Amino acid sequence: MLRTRSLCAGYGLFQALFNVTIEVALGELVALIGANGAGKSTLLRSIVGSVSVAKDAVFLDDEPIGAASERRQLKRGIALVPEGRRLFPSLTVLENLLLAARNGRRGMWSIDRIFAELPILGSISTKPATALSGGQQQLVAIGRALAANPNFLLCDEVSLGLAPLAVGDVYALLRKVRSAGSGIIIVEQNVSRALGESDRFYCLQKGRVVLEGRSEGADRASVAQAYFGV
Amino acid sequence: MKGDRRAPTGQASLRPTLVYEMSAFIETLINGLLLGALYALFGLGLSISLGVMRMINIAHGDLIVVGAYITSVVMEVADVHALASLFFVAPIMFIIGWVLQRALFNHVIGRSVFAPLLVTFGLSIVVQNLLQETFTADTRSLRAENISQIGFDIGGVSIGLLPLVSAGVSAGLFALTHAVIASTHYGRQSRAVADDPSTARLVGVDDKNFFAIVTGFVMAAIAFAAVLYAIRTPFSPTAGPDRLLYSFEAVVLGGLGNLWGTFFGGLVIGVAQLFGARVSSGLGPFFGHLVFLTMLLARPQGLFAKVAR
Repeated sequence: MLRTRSLCAGYGLFQALFNVTIEVALGELVALIGANGAGKSTLLRSIVGSVSVAKDAVFLDDEPIGAASERRQLKRGIALVPEGRRLFPSLTVLENLLLAARNGRRGMWSIDRIFAELPILGSISTKPATALSGGQQQLVAIGRALAANPNFLLCDEVSLGLAPLAVGDVYALLRKVRSAGSGIIIVEQNVSRALGESDRFYCLQKGRVVLEGRSEGADRASVAQAYFGV
Repeated sequence: MKGDRRAPTGQASLRPTLVYEMSAFIETLINGLLLGALYALFGLGLSISLGVMRMINIAHGDLIVVGAYITSVVMEVADVHALASLFFVAPIMFIIGWVLQRALFNHVIGRSVFAPLLVTFGLSIVVQNLLQETFTADTRSLRAENISQIGFDIGGVSIGLLPLVSAGVSAGLFALTHAVIASTHYGRQSRAVADDPSTARLVGVDDKNFFAIVTGFVMAAIAFAAVLYAIRTPFSPTAGPDRLLYSFEAVVLGGLGNLWGTFFGGLVIGVAQLFGARVSSGLGPFFGHLVFLTMLLARPQGLFAKVAR
């Protein structure tokens, strides 16, 4: 179980998150929704250590793990797929995966397994990562995070800018990851897609959780109200 | 001596003059290339720090001089040959680099372009004064007659053993660096950090610790440059800035962040200096700078710059 408790975070004098408490269990897919600037990315970045938070703001199985470096969190099994994919242009697809595999943990997601799950990567493994289409890049970005064998996979803007078919591929992969036992948090702009794919959701507005619940049968009107804050 | 071989004017002397001019030209070219390979080796460390850490180390030249002084001490204490002393000096320099990075450079990297410049500029002054205080302002040189005094005469072209060894070591270290960057985990880390430091941290690169290792490697490379340079030329505590200048010209000429570009840049500076010295013996460095400036005007991005992203 990965959770935040009264997490506050910000950049300099600007506070982006106020007492945010969320949780995700192993084998669960949780969606973060909310308008631009609601603090979704900041929340994910706080959990993995890119944005500094208090030690008792993030818990892994009741152990406080906030205020640690990205490397520590990766070793604990928490990996972030950053917004915009952010593959390394000087590295090939394979090298992008190798780097994460070496720095991460041992586990079921070996490089071979990742290529087996994503056969499309096999033919492009020696290409520079930036020579790929957006959808392929997103798969590699998720593959790169998986190569570190995380128990919890956090995906920022998982489908932003992708063609509909590519979005389908990405979610197919995420469903496999979930059924393999990992907990997943996604940030998704498309609210109905987010609710359709996830088990539970949190709606953020101006740095606060304003609505949470089970995704199945969620009341669209109240979600829209929470989303837009009207 | 030169005057003796120059034939008097007249039809009959045309051929010998040409032959002489030709072999002198080739000799200057080859020696220029060999000298340039040493300059390239000066630039290797600078090229790596710039390429991986986006850091310009103004104290680079002074650290070369530090390496030369450490070598002279090691040679005295351990009574070893200048080249053999590298077994001690390279690890010592690696440790100095590691400590410098952890204690000093890591605090300023990634903040702004100017912070590392200012800190290393300060370090340069501190190093020069410490050297002056410890070793006095007298010039020293490393004694290694068994390589510095030996030369070959190949078809009228005389080549020294030391420049040959220097060039071989330089090319070898460039090849080693290339291999490390191209196909090892450390190389992948260095390229990832150079591309995108914040994402590199997300895939578990501990950049502060990694930079310390990189600077350690840079300093070990500096140790090689320092020994070869100090056998060739007498050095003093204030010799650093000139070394920095040649290093910098090699790096910029080749294109920032391009390893083999730096090697080629060094060769160009070396050749330009020796041809300049043929025009007038004091003008060597001036011609090096002149060629550098001219090429910089023609190609400000350097000869082999990476395509801007």
